[in-house]
Amino acid sequence: MADERPTPGGIDRRAFVGACVAAAAPLVLSAAQQAAPAAPAAPDTAHAAPDSAQGATGTPRYDPRTHYYGMGVDVSKCIGCGQCAAACKAENNVPLDPHHFRTWVERYVIHENAEATVDSPNGGIDGFPAPVAEGGVVRSFFVPKLCNHCANPPCVQVCPVGATFSTEDGVVLVDESYCIGCRYCIQACPYGARFLHPVSHTAQKCTFCYHRVVQGMVPACVEVCPTGARVFGEVHRPSSPLTRFRRFNAIQVLKPHLNTEPKVFYANLDGQVR
Amino acid sequence: MQGYIYPNEFELQWSLLIVVYPYLTGLVAGAFILASLARVFNVKEVQPTYRLSLLTALAFLIAAPLPLLGHLGHPERAYEILMTPNTRSAMAMFGFVYLWYLMMVLLLEIWFDYRKDLVVWARGKTGFLASFRRLLTLGVTDLSEEALRFDRRAGKLITIIGIPSAFLLHGYVGFIFGSIKANPWWSSVLMPVVFLFSAIVSGIALMLVIYFFSTMLRSRPVDMACMDKLGAFLLYALIVDFSLEMLDFTQRLYEAEESISILGQMLSSRLVLSLIILQVLIGTIVPLVTLFLVAPTVRKRGFLKVPDEFRRLLYFVVAVFIQIGIFSTRWNVVIGGQLFSKSLRGLTTFKVGLLGIEGILVAGAIMLLPLVILYILVKVVPPWPDAEALVESEPTGADPVPAVQPS
Repeated sequence: MADERPTPGGIDRRAFVGACVAAAAPLVLSAAQQAAPAAPAAPDTAHAAPDSAQGATGTPRYDPRTHYYGMGVDVSKCIGCGQCAAACKAENNVPLDPHHFRTWVERYVIHENAEATVDSPNGGIDGFPAPVAEGGVVRSFFVPKLCNHCANPPCVQVCPVGATFSTEDGVVLVDESYCIGCRYCIQACPYGARFLHPVSHTAQKCTFCYHRVVQGMVPACVEVCPTGARVFGEVHRPSSPLTRFRRFNAIQVLKPHLNTEPKVFYANLDGQVR
Repeated sequence: MQGYIYPNEFELQWSLLIVVYPYLTGLVAGAFILASLARVFNVKEVQPTYRLSLLTALAFLIAAPLPLLGHLGHPERAYEILMTPNTRSAMAMFGFVYLWYLMMVLLLEIWFDYRKDLVVWARGKTGFLASFRRLLTLGVTDLSEEALRFDRRAGKLITIIGIPSAFLLHGYVGFIFGSIKANPWWSSVLMPVVFLFSAIVSGIALMLVIYFFSTMLRSRPVDMACMDKLGAFLLYALIVDFSLEMLDFTQRLYEAEESISILGQMLSSRLVLSLIILQVLIGTIVPLVTLFLVAPTVRKRGFLKVPDEFRRLLYFVVAVFIQIGIFSTRWNVVIGGQLFSKSLRGLTTFKVGLLGIEGILVAGAIMLLPLVILYILVKVVPPWPDAEALVESEPTGADPVPAVQPS
């Protein structure tokens, strides 16, 4: 080319570009690695892709019969940053107003008289104001909430047309093209995990980010949690991070007396939480 | 808002239209049960209300699905409840219970009861009404004694099937609420039974109002024996209804489960007007005391001797009070069940709008619609005893017999 001249300092342009590429390579590679959905990850980390889910082309198709999903939530690890709720809204087209959530974070403030005050301003997305307590605070903690993907789901039982259903891999979903919008499922859910989408006029709820899970990714809330308070994985597989979570923690579920058999397992849950 | 509610609980899921729905079906069941008292148990005094009750039940049944339909997010998909019902869902049975009651009970009973009248009224007449009545006979114009006897027996059989069906229709609505274990205000085994008896109360009260009003409008004498009997039945039904509600209340209070605190707060703040004043005081206690004093129950003339004109006015007022009370009952179940958070930590509020599909205007229109339908039904098939066609035994194929024509 006409302008192939040596650059000042004695390095020609080709060498300069080459050096830049070489320098940037680790950065680019690590970014690519983070972006790659089914990139192998250590099986015992909270962010591990669901075991044996195959996303890349050429690998076996996703077979729901070989999975059974659940989530673990370590209450002691949650810092109430609300990133999970924000990521969920972005990932799942959840209305941005403060009255529709697929997942949200509650703050419990236990007072000296043993009473609890609970709040969840904008689902915890904007953080929490300093707690107001006249008699002093004994302790305070955050509890992420979401659909419990019950094994015995009252919402599925009551849906008059079968638009909401349990998948073989243990996820409770709503067929938007089928839901008649009667809201009976919302009434039947003991956890307040459902809402009627103001645009589609159909019932909506957490799907465990099913669209991500079937591609070998973890749900968005799990992905963004900075403290690893949420663990996603297989309920029955011994090598699953969820199984490890359940092995090393005393586990509770929400409202066990209702016999809904939730598949969201809480560690370090306080008795005040409902 | 007070305390903590789950973020998704901000919007009440079921509002005014879902209050109207159980109110309307309750009236259907109640009116039908009154009709069956006349028919099956042969209570002569309430005979003048028999046909009127059947038509009222039909008019309200036709309007009953409208609030449900209006409330759906996707009403155009409503037919899926019939096409692909989830057999485990209580709500999915709605279509079948409704259709059974409409087609197999009400329409059949009305048809068998009116067939001879339709034949006689249409006979030798021309014009739209006569043609329509001829059409309604479905071509069955046999007026022989044998055919009429068959009509009577079929009608009685259907009424006998109809009583459990009416129980099913409204008991089932109670089950829709009573079976929701997530909601401690609803979840009660007594819910279907309470719904049923409140339905009977509301149905008898409605028939009292409609009978009194229609008789006045037609400038006919009000049958005081009929009014007294309606008043007495109303008192009995009220006693059973109130006892059941008190039983439910006492049981909740005595068991004092974890929800008792928040439900207590709701009762003493949000539901003071609709439950304590309207449902219990105006809708139950005042009618109970009034009816106990004036209706002929244990004593032939009641405890207070009240002139007929005043007594029937009292019945009328009591019946209107009861309607207000029963509507409040529906309100307290449907809205009350959503005013507290399932976290049991807070209360929310509800304000009815005037406009919009869930507003007062639409709900009011839906509640008035049955009366419009009833007006039309009364024109086509008059329910008045003096309009009934008198058919003596007639050999098959004989000449038409003279009959009283409806006024």
